Formats: sequence, structure tokens, C-alpha cells
Amino acid sequence: MADERKEIISATDVHLFYGRNEALKGITMDFRENEITALIGPSGCGKSTFLRTLNRMNDLIPSVTITGTVMLHDKNIYAPSTDTVALRKEVGMVFQQPNPFPFSIYDNVIYGLRLAGVRDRRILDEAVETSLRQAAIWDTVKDKLSESALSLSGGQQQRVCIARVLAVKPDVILLDEPTSALDPISSGQIENMLLELKDEYTIILVTHNMQQASRISDRTAFFLQGDLIEYADTRTIFLNPKEKETEDYISGRFG
Amino acid sequence: MDSKKWDKIATGVLYFIAGVMILILAFLLIFILWNGLPHVSWHFLTSPAKSFQSGGGIGIQLFNSFYLLILSMLISIPISIGAGIYLSEYAKKNWLTNLVRTSIDILSSLPSIVVGLFGFLVFSISAGLGFSILSGALALTVFNLPLLTRNVEESLRSISGSQREAGLALGLSKWETVLKIIIPEALPGIITGMILGAGRVFGEAAALIYTAGQSAPPLDFTNWNPFYIASPLNPLRPAETLAVHIWKINSEGIMPDASQVSAGASAVLIIAVLIFNFGARYVGNHIYRKMTGTK
Repeated sequence: MADERKEIISATDVHLFYGRNEALKGITMDFRENEITALIGPSGCGKSTFLRTLNRMNDLIPSVTITGTVMLHDKNIYAPSTDTVALRKEVGMVFQQPNPFPFSIYDNVIYGLRLAGVRDRRILDEAVETSLRQAAIWDTVKDKLSESALSLSGGQQQRVCIARVLAVKPDVILLDEPTSALDPISSGQIENMLLELKDEYTIILVTHNMQQASRISDRTAFFLQGDLIEYADTRTIFLNPKEKETEDYISGRFG
Repeated sequence: MDSKKWDKIATGVLYFIAGVMILILAFLLIFILWNGLPHVSWHFLTSPAKSFQSGGGIGIQLFNSFYLLILSMLISIPISIGAGIYLSEYAKKNWLTNLVRTSIDILSSLPSIVVGLFGFLVFSISAGLGFSILSGALALTVFNLPLLTRNVEESLRSISGSQREAGLALGLSKWETVLKIIIPEALPGIITGMILGAGRVFGEAAALIYTAGQSAPPLDFTNWNPFYIASPLNPLRPAETLAVHIWKINSEGIMPDASQVSAGASAVLIIAVLIFNFGARYVGNHIYRKMTGTK
């Protein structure tokens, strides 16, 4: 069943250099539609860096060079003709620290839409409700949409940030340790939400939390020092890893 | 026990220093207002100055100060916002932008009398603008622009990088991110800086003595055609401002009530600058609350 799913992103031989320092040493892996893929590994292993190559956020750092190809819907996002602005509408991103804009909750959610030129109040209202419902926070905030997003708790802010990404209707959502700044209850709520979302989106998740990866992901990739060590079904990775490094890491022997 | 004692001593010393500063400020304010306010009346604020008799006012100087302020802010605000955005968001780190920053810092520490003489040579003489509001406004721009630019740059820079990432990751272009996210967030700081800058410009004298001139010809407040020579709006007429007027009557005023006029004008100037300072706080906070929806 899982194998019938279409591949939406395939990265081939991706190298990334910070100046001369090679942070990614030829990563080749693909991501399937409507699955949650977890990227795990110790700090500095390159998993976040790799995540950020998928929507070209690394382009913003001067001195970064990237080689290799990343195909999204059979188009190389590193082709010279790629419009990074359009790309980031298809591949949304949620960061480790909740970073809502210091505007109202309503404005936060529709920021992308409004800037894309949507003016119709009904469409905007509807988008706000749908996105906040998908992010499982509609009931909490529906009566205070005009209040500042900064007045919410960290977990609620993070869900507003996710709603903000959903409102743009991306195909893929990248999450860079989205729950590491949150308490366990908020984390659990966000995990459940991600499980709901995967019917409609492809989700790629960087996490330090091994339980989180094993609870919600379909496939798991283990990174170490810029290399992709092992990539397989989450069950296989956690119960029956092929590589010794993977086993050491998930059993807590290092990292 | 010993560290507790030292903590108490240090706290006491700091309180004392802060108290001295507040006392100095309070003494100055009370002194100026006490001497000046009795002389301030509606007549004083609205009638023209007199050179030889007593009973002159500061009406024209007051109008000139505001007009000059508005003109110079009209020139310097757009430039400083553009330059600040460039320096904070677009400038790469290299020798050229370092040179720009260093130049701005040097420019901002130039004594204002030097800026005034520079303005005299460049705007009044070379550009042929003479002693005029326009020369004065340009000289004040030179004087104020570096500080405003640095203020815009610092306000934008204080917005966390995660906000820029959030905008870009949402599929906004860099310009949209700057325009629709970073600038609105920095707006309270920018506006506060602008109003403080306005207060500084309002009280400036040295830069204006040789540019806007030291004479306040009578104005015809019924003719607002900017090309008419006695029109209040004519930017090419000489225009002594309030601060210059204070300097002038103290150095060469020969009217019998020179000291009262000077004290009254000083009180008005101080009150205007205070309004700018408190206004800056109020407006900045108000905009921040309004934009962020916090209470």
C-alpha cells in the first residue's frame, strides 16, 4: 500500500557547502505524497540544513553553495528558471520557535492570501476558519480573532503559524523541530494535528524527539555528519535498523 | 553579608546619580518656564517682532520654525527611510557599505555650526538660494539625515530574523517581506525617532544662522500663493526661526524688553520640544498597540 504512493520530491546527490565546509555530503532521497517523513540525527548532522534546501531557504545565507538536484513535481527547484517565491508557496515551512507576526490572529492567518491579492472578505473569512480548524485551534481562538497573536501561549502560537502556512495551500509542509520549544501537552496536540493533515499534505519533519518520530512518521531518515545513513519505514528504523550507527543513536548510546 | 552591604551602597550611589540628573533637568525647566511664561500671551505668540520698541512678539518666528521643520522633514524622511531600508535589509557586508556607515556616523557628529557654514556655501551661495527657508531646510536635512537614517536602520534591524524567515517561507518576495512585515513592525520605533528628530530640528539655531537667515520680514497671512514674496509659504524668503531669534536678541537685541522676549521665546521653545518628546512616546506606543492588537 505504502509503496503505491507517488513520489513528490526527489533529491539527488545534494551537496551543500558553508564556504568550504561541506555540511551535506551527497544526499539522495525521495519523499512520498501524503506521508509524514521524519528526519532524525544528532545536532549538527545536517538534517535541518537539508530540510531548508527543499524550499531554498538556504539561499538567504551568503557563502552557501549547493549542488545536485531537487525535483518537485518533476521540476528541478534549483534550475535557474525557478521562482523561489512561487516555490515557497508550494513548499511551506514552520520553524522551531513560533514566529507569528505581531498582528491580530486573523491577519496572521491571511497574510499570505492578502498579499497574493485576495480582497474578498468572504473568501478570507472562510480561509481563516478552515485553516484554523485544520490546525486544531479554531475553537480556542474563534472569539478573539482580532487579538494579537502574541497574546497566545507558545503552543497556540505555533498552531497559528501552521494555520498561516495552510492558508496558502502548499503541497508540502516542512517543519523544523516544531515542538521542541513546547510543553508535552502542546506537542501532543500538534502531533495529532499533523496526523490529520497528512491526508491532504505531504509533511517532512525534523525532530530531536525519537518518540515523536516513531509515533507519527511513516518513514524515517537518519542523518549523521552530513550523510544520510539510513532511510526506511519508521518501524524498520526503530525495530530493526540495518546500520550500527542508527542502532546506537536510537538506543541512546550517543547523540 | 559583605556583598549585601555593597549591593546597598551601589544601589544608593546609582539612585543618587539618577537623582542629580533629574534635579538638573527639573531646575532648568522650572527656571526657564518661571522666567518666560509670565511673558507669554496670545499677543506674544501671534504678533511680529519689533526691533526698537518693546511689545514685540514671536508670531512670525514661530510660524517660520514650523514651516522650516515641515519642509526639512518632507525632504529628509523619504531619504532616511530609503537609506535605512537599504542599510538594514539589502546592503551586503563589504568595504563600500562600511564606508557608507562610517560616513553617516561622521556626518552625524559634525558640529551644527559647521553644517550651517557648509549650507551657506553650498545652498545659499553656490546654488543661489540665498538666505531662504529652502537653504535652511536643506542644511537641516544634512544635519538631521544621518541620525534619522541610523534610527530607521536600527529600528528595522531590531526586528528578529525569524520574522523575515516567516515572510519569505510564506512565499512573499523580499520586498514584500520588508514592506508588509518588517516596516510595519518597526514603525513605532521609526516614528518615535522621527518625532525626536523633529524636536532636535525645531530647536536648532547654529545651522540656520547663515542659511535661513536672521531676519523675519513681515508676512502677509492673507496671500498663500507660494510665489508671492511676502507669502508665508514662499520657500525662497529669508526666515528667522524661534531658536535663531533667541540667539539674536541675546547677542544684539536693542529693544527695551529684549530679556523678557528672550525668556518668553525660550519658554515657548522648551514647551514645543517637550511636546515633541512626550508626543513621540505617546504616538509610538499608540501605533504599536493599534498594530499588534495588544492592550
